[in-house]
Amino acid sequence: MSEKQTLVVIGNGMVGQHFLANLVDSPLKEQYEIITFCEEPRAAYDRVHLSSFFTGTTAQELSLVEDGFFERHGITLHLGDKAASIDRTAKTVTSAKGVSIAYDKLVLATGSYPFVPPVPGHDRPQCLVYRTIEDLEAMAAAAKTGKVGTVVGGGLLGLEAAKALMDLGLKTHVVEFAPRLMAVQLDDAGGEMLRRKIENLGVTVHTGKNTSIITDGEHCVNKMCFADGEELETDIVLFSAGIRPRDELARTCGLEVGQRGGIVIDNQCRTSDPSIYAIGECALWNGMIYGLVAPGYTMARTVVADLKGGYANFTGADMSTKLKLMGVDVASIGDAHAKTQGAMVYSYQNGDSEVYKRLVVSEDKKFLLGAVLVGDASGYGTLLQYCLNYIELPENPDALILPHRSDESVGLGPDALSASAQICSCFDVTKGAICSAIENGCMTMGELKAETKAATGCGGCSALLKSVLDSELSKQGFAVNTDICEHFAYTRQDLFNLVRVEEIKTFADLLHTHGKGLGCEICKPAVGNILASQWNEHILETDHLGLQDTNDTYLANMQKDGTYSVVPRITGGEISPDMLIALGQVGKKYKLYTKITGGQRVDLFGARVDQLPHIWKELIDAGFESGHAYGKSLRTVKSCVGSTWCRYGVDDSVGLAIELENRYKGLRSPHKIKFAVSGCTRECAEAQSKDVGIIATENGWNLYVCGNGGMKPRHADLFATGLDKPTLIKTIDRFLSFYVRTADRLQRTSVWMENMEGGLDYLKSVIVDDKLGLCEQLEQQMQYVIDTYQCEWKTAIEDEAKLKRFRHFINSDQPDDNIVFVEERGQIRPADSDERKHFKLMEIA
Amino acid sequence: MAKWIDVCSVDDLQPDSGVCALFEGEQVAIFWMPEADVKVYAVGNYDPFGKANVLSRGIIGDIGGQPVVSSPLYKQHYNLQTGVCLEDESVKIPVYAIRIENGSVQLDLSSLSHHQEPAL
Repeated sequence: MSEKQTLVVIGNGMVGQHFLANLVDSPLKEQYEIITFCEEPRAAYDRVHLSSFFTGTTAQELSLVEDGFFERHGITLHLGDKAASIDRTAKTVTSAKGVSIAYDKLVLATGSYPFVPPVPGHDRPQCLVYRTIEDLEAMAAAAKTGKVGTVVGGGLLGLEAAKALMDLGLKTHVVEFAPRLMAVQLDDAGGEMLRRKIENLGVTVHTGKNTSIITDGEHCVNKMCFADGEELETDIVLFSAGIRPRDELARTCGLEVGQRGGIVIDNQCRTSDPSIYAIGECALWNGMIYGLVAPGYTMARTVVADLKGGYANFTGADMSTKLKLMGVDVASIGDAHAKTQGAMVYSYQNGDSEVYKRLVVSEDKKFLLGAVLVGDASGYGTLLQYCLNYIELPENPDALILPHRSDESVGLGPDALSASAQICSCFDVTKGAICSAIENGCMTMGELKAETKAATGCGGCSALLKSVLDSELSKQGFAVNTDICEHFAYTRQDLFNLVRVEEIKTFADLLHTHGKGLGCEICKPAVGNILASQWNEHILETDHLGLQDTNDTYLANMQKDGTYSVVPRITGGEISPDMLIALGQVGKKYKLYTKITGGQRVDLFGARVDQLPHIWKELIDAGFESGHAYGKSLRTVKSCVGSTWCRYGVDDSVGLAIELENRYKGLRSPHKIKFAVSGCTRECAEAQSKDVGIIATENGWNLYVCGNGGMKPRHADLFATGLDKPTLIKTIDRFLSFYVRTADRLQRTSVWMENMEGGLDYLKSVIVDDKLGLCEQLEQQMQYVIDTYQCEWKTAIEDEAKLKRFRHFINSDQPDDNIVFVEERGQIRPADSDERKHFKLMEIA
Repeated sequence: MAKWIDVCSVDDLQPDSGVCALFEGEQVAIFWMPEADVKVYAVGNYDPFGKANVLSRGIIGDIGGQPVVSSPLYKQHYNLQTGVCLEDESVKIPVYAIRIENGSVQLDLSSLSHHQEPAL
């Protein structure tokens, strides 16, 4: 066997890593000894979602490298070591640390650096850039002492950086040289709409500003002076005024570079030296530097194909983008500026809902050339397909951007796409590839994403991917059965509507009119839950008792040994010393194991069924009420201490948390609901991991929805900003009622959102814009539940009939002899099976 | 020979739900479905998977026509007539002969010693 050749990759950024991943997926892996240099202290990570670092995503979570990737594939990684020079004659690369490696093939994936305009004072303290995790750490450090942050550059990256400054709690400014924001992607009207929306969020936008000097500030660290004589005081100056290719290595070894920088490459991504390739943001193709990740990925795949000896061509890339800037949807497709000869423009502007859409179509009105969407980018997937795949437009193309006032759909169904149509542009996945993955057994979005990588990049195509999946599955005859169980041929949502519309009050009635058989442990609790959400009768009423899961039946949480735990409500986590003592006394009297929960309350374990009413009698006398820890219902509203005590607090988070918990306590829902309220953007209450999260800002309350911790964490979506309290409460009323009505059984809000067609935008249209005309009903439904609240335990202990089941034996007062505790760290715990045997032996002896 | 012993009154039962009775030292889960054809069932209260005396607190219903109770701990189903676990047929809980006579709930003492035979 011939000796392996050596392939060296300089740069382990997103594109460098994509190249390696594709390389080791191919037979080339056997041919080459692979070595890579990475000058940063960590291997490739996701720079596209960098700003999420400030909303909780860790450096680890941003990583693009699977655990053990380099070891598994025998790739030598020189981490924190920069390639310093290339000797093309000797074919060697030498690193800053002195490592010298002879190469057969060399790939330059050195990326770019942020352009810092040579303004006097650009190197003053707290003048930063936004590119690496180290840059973010420097920003976070500067934000600790600063109050004002200014981004220089109102492009795509600049606005991302502005979001990061906002997330850090700074008063944020954006300074742009051009007369509008996102000058490359948007036209004047689109830029203006974006500016309005962003200013509404509290960011001050300065366009047409030329910074002439940065100097000492009077109130802040820095002062920016503009050519027009105006000034701006700011602590942080964050440069995000474009990128420049990292071509210094290529220059010094004599490779051809462009006049304004960039390593010149041909259609195979070869540089002027046939042994050396360049890919990503350092490469100059046809006079263009591509500052997006998707073209870089395409170049990476082109090089892999070329190394294999196959025929591959990089022939430019589509620069269409869709992104969410500070919660504002922005998209730009193709020829957004209508530069094509004869191009015609349609535009739609809605000043009230702050939506702007523009279509650029060919002279004959047959094909879409470009588009701009601001404020509502839900049409992006459809429009992009029209544009990329030359699909003929409908007769009146403006129908594609005009709001639909009827049910008529103008979206492009998945069947209209050809097999070669590209669905995912990040990973170049075609509809054909997706269909064959489905034929090979992918039945869920998760499987499909894992198999094809589609929708795992920017995620912009996931709605389209889902519609292709649904369409293909139904074609293959997999009618997805959504019946709740064998007793009802309905979904939970159907059952909810039947109960509501036909005013059905009992399970027996519903089973008799719409079901069959006796019911089971799936439909009974689900219907019990629906009846409670809708009519809010006590769950231990005779008609409802048999429907409840054991936790609900005993108004307590069953543990592994058949004992129960007791959780009284402690609203907002606020508790007086006297109440805490009362709780301690009950725990002590009944010898319960006590533990603080994650939801800021106290859990008392080890209660036998017969003890529960006695325990609750004492708790209620002390002023406690049921915490509904046993129910599919509102659990807790966690809070930080807020402005009352905290030096940084912006508003009274505890007060709001208590008000919300008291408002929604007792609400039965498809699954448990958790809230949190943070008093400032430092977010100590972790509100963005909750079903409903609220964060205080200078401009009012920001509302986040559909977050989750637990097994499958999901970062909550920003739903509305700068709300006053009445609007906040009204919005949450509607949101919760809509969730209660439409979710599947045991579906948390996070999964409900993931599965919602139209996603966040649709939810906003229902809850905020009242698209379905439902909001009044939703508010009434919530008001009814609030008005009929009762402490389930208080009602239970006052009713002999309800207490009858709170004993282990119906015919004896003996306790269950199978419940055995041992002591650990000064408290009880259930005995394990060995201890139990020992205990029994001792008893006999 | 069946020997029927009173364990409780029918008023002690909960419709479409279960209670636990102590019967000759054994824990017996009794389920009452007043609207069904067969109105009352008795099985062991001990859940062999969860290893706790909890089956009387499970939800009852039917799966594919078989009357079942579902364990409140890990949700296995047991056939109320045969005691066989639907998820693992090698596991069986005791079943007892039961009837309601003149408002009194009665268990058959003879089904206790030779338990484990299906009451079918």
